[in-house]
Order: sequence, then C-alpha cells, then structure tokens
Amino acid sequence: MLDLHGYGWLLFDGLQLTIAVGLCAMVVAVLLGLLGSWGKLTNNRWANLAANTYTTVVRGVPELILLLLVYFGTPTLIQSIATSMGYDIRVDINPFIAGTMTIGFIYGAFATEVLRGAFQSIPKGQAEAARAIGMNRLKTFKRILLPQALRFALPGLGNVWMVLIKATSLISIIQLDELMRKTKIASNATHEPFTFYLLASFIYLGITLVSMMAQKRAETWANRGVTR
Amino acid sequence: MDFSIVWQYLPLLLEGAWVTLWITVVSLAIGLAFAIPLALARLAKNPLISSPAYLFVLYFRGTPLLVQIFLIYYGSGQFRNELTDIGLWTFFRDPWFCGILALVLNTAAYSAEIFRGAISAVPRNDIEAGRACGMSGLLLFRRITMPKAFRIGLPAYGNEVIFLLQATSLVSTITILDLTGISRQLISKTFAVYEFYLTAAAMYLVMTYALVYLFRMWEKRMSGHLQERVVTEPR
Repeated sequence: MLDLHGYGWLLFDGLQLTIAVGLCAMVVAVLLGLLGSWGKLTNNRWANLAANTYTTVVRGVPELILLLLVYFGTPTLIQSIATSMGYDIRVDINPFIAGTMTIGFIYGAFATEVLRGAFQSIPKGQAEAARAIGMNRLKTFKRILLPQALRFALPGLGNVWMVLIKATSLISIIQLDELMRKTKIASNATHEPFTFYLLASFIYLGITLVSMMAQKRAETWANRGVTR
Repeated sequence: MDFSIVWQYLPLLLEGAWVTLWITVVSLAIGLAFAIPLALARLAKNPLISSPAYLFVLYFRGTPLLVQIFLIYYGSGQFRNELTDIGLWTFFRDPWFCGILALVLNTAAYSAEIFRGAISAVPRNDIEAGRACGMSGLLLFRRITMPKAFRIGLPAYGNEVIFLLQATSLVSTITILDLTGISRQLISKTFAVYEFYLTAAAMYLVMTYALVYLFRMWEKRMSGHLQERVVTEPR
C-alpha cells in the first residue's frame, strides 16, 4: 500500500494554496479580459494599441520568464529608481500576490481573446434593439451583451482556467508553498520523489477532471434557454 | 537600466536561444512521430486500443508539464538501482534526456488530440469518393484522409508548436542552459535582473512571431486552391 510517511497532509495544504492562487488569478484574468476585450473592440485608437500590445507580448513570452521578471525584476527596478532619486529602500514582493498577479496578468491576455470573440459573435442587432427600447449603454451591456457573451465565452474561459491552474505549479519556483513546492519538500524528506510527484500529478489530474465536469454543467446551465 | 551588460553577454544568450530552438525542433519531430499513431489509436473502434491512448492523452494534458519533468528527472532517482540493472540509468541521469522525454510525451498528447479532431473532421464525401475510385485501407488514408486532415489540423498544430517553444523554458529548472537557463545563470552572476529577463523575453517574442509567420505562410501554401473563395460565417 502507498506509504506517505505522514506527508499526505502537507500535500493537502499545498493543494489548498494552489486552488486559492488559481481562483484569485482567474478573477484577475477575467477582469483583465473584460478590460482587454473592451480595448480591442472600442473605437479609441490608443485603447486598441494598448490591448493589442498586451495580448501580443504576453502570448509571445513564456510564463516562467514573465513570472521571474515580475517577482525578481520589479523590486530591483523600484529600488534602482528610488536610489537614483536619492532614497534607500528595500522592496520585497509577497510571493502569493506576485504569483497571483503574474498568472492573472498572463491569462488575462488569453481571456481577452476569448471574450473579444464572444462579444463579436453577438449579432449587432441585439445591442441596437436594446438602445432602441431606451436602455443606456451600461444597461445594454449588463442586461443584453454580458449574459450572451458569457454563454459564448464559457468554453473558452473553461480552457483558460484549466491551463491556468496547471500554470500555478510554476509559482513553486518563487518559493510559494503551493502543491508543487510542498511535494518537493516531502520528496526531499522521504527520498521518494517518484511517489510524491506521481501523487501530485494525480491531484492536478483530479482538479482537471472536476473542472471538466463543472464546465459541462456550467455550459448546460448557460445554454438552458437555447433549443437545438 | 543598463543594457550594455547585455551586449557583453549577447553571444551566450544567442547560444541559449539556439539551445531553445534545438530542443523545440527535436521534441516536435519525435513528438509528431508518436502523435499520429496515437491519434489513430484514439479513433480505433476496439476499446483495448483506444482506451490506453485516451488515458495517455488525458494524463499528459491534465497535469502540469513541470510535474511531468520533475517526475521523470527526480522521480527516476527512486528506481536508480533497478534502472542501473537494465542499463537505463545513464539516460535518466541526464537532464537533457529527461527534459526532452517529458516534452516529447507532452507534445505527443496535445498533437494527438489535434490530429484526432482533424481526422474526424475530414468530410465523409471525400472518403466515399476515394472508396468509389477503388482506394481502401492505407492507400485511402495516405492519399485522401491524411493530406486533408493535415490541412485542417495545421492552424491548431501551429499553436501547439508555439506553446511548446515557450514550454521549453521549463527545462531550465533541471539545469539545462537554454535561453531561460542562461539568463538565470547570468543574473545570479551580474545581478542585472530585468535587463536580462527583458532581453530574453524579447528574444522569445521574436522566435514566437517568426514561427507564427512561418506557419501562416505554410497554411497559405497548403490551401492555395481555396484562396479566392469568399468565406462567410453562417449565422
């Protein structure tokens, strides 16, 4: 039988942190995605430029580089700016916040593309009809566009979530005690790396399977008003 | 910000970029060789063939690549004696072998899923027409199904190639000096954190969009006979 030498709980602690980072990052990603898709679809040229640069750059650079850049680069950058202005400060970023923000920032670019596609697949007449019966822009967005866009975006956002939760394993590199790092601690202590990494992989697989089921349910729910 | 230090170490960074490209190409080539049989196995009617392929794809797509790399590289240490006995330890001791093995298995699983989708998206009419001309079995597959499936799957496969290029940065965690690994090493030596990471990011960006461009050209070439047609989305 599988003997974890009492390190099973360590992995469970890590799992909780992994899920916490994942959920927070997903919230950040969706909010950035809404902002980004607005930037892409609006008529403001500067907003277009900013949103396009955002998605182009983030999707062209590995997550690991971005993560290291934010976690190690930002404090150094702030410090050298402060030094050049005559202050002497030391900045440390909390790994939880750095990890959440970076992962959220990266997957915000993917969410942007998903949401842009979703808003574009809503027929133009929908918004025009809403305006015609007197809804203002905010109400049109809240009542007409957002609910329909979410239905179109759900499969794409589900994919973003599944890639995102796997990407949280990278945060172990910046010393946050999530599942991957706890696994490393356990495998170093027991000298059974295969057992623990295999177990960790099955935990991630479990998250993926649960997410797949949840996605299916969410899609059924979102499509409840649509007949085939 | 002082980028003159980057200039000084540029040859090393370019070497790292070369390593990144090399790992990407090697993993893709071997991964592709596994992916096509795997996709066919996924489509097999016999559950004894299709379910192992399904589980393989599920596992490698459902777990993080970093775990897969660590499982192979660090995990193999647990079976050191057994692996030495059968003469495989020299391979599993080598980070290059482990890194490339993990990338190959990972990309094989993702590509198999792409090709499975592409093969089942080949229109029935094409296959029936092929049969009507007297083709069957391997000939039909080679002449009709595969070329068509390849064209259907190419855009998605292009995305997978770009995904893999970026994923190779993870092998730096098992001591391989690719572009990310070299940057991390130079940073621990010079403390020029964002200069090196920004340069590495720019180099990845160039490689990514060069690949995007190449694939777009290739897609155009592959579907030249479809170009004039105006495609409208059905509503």
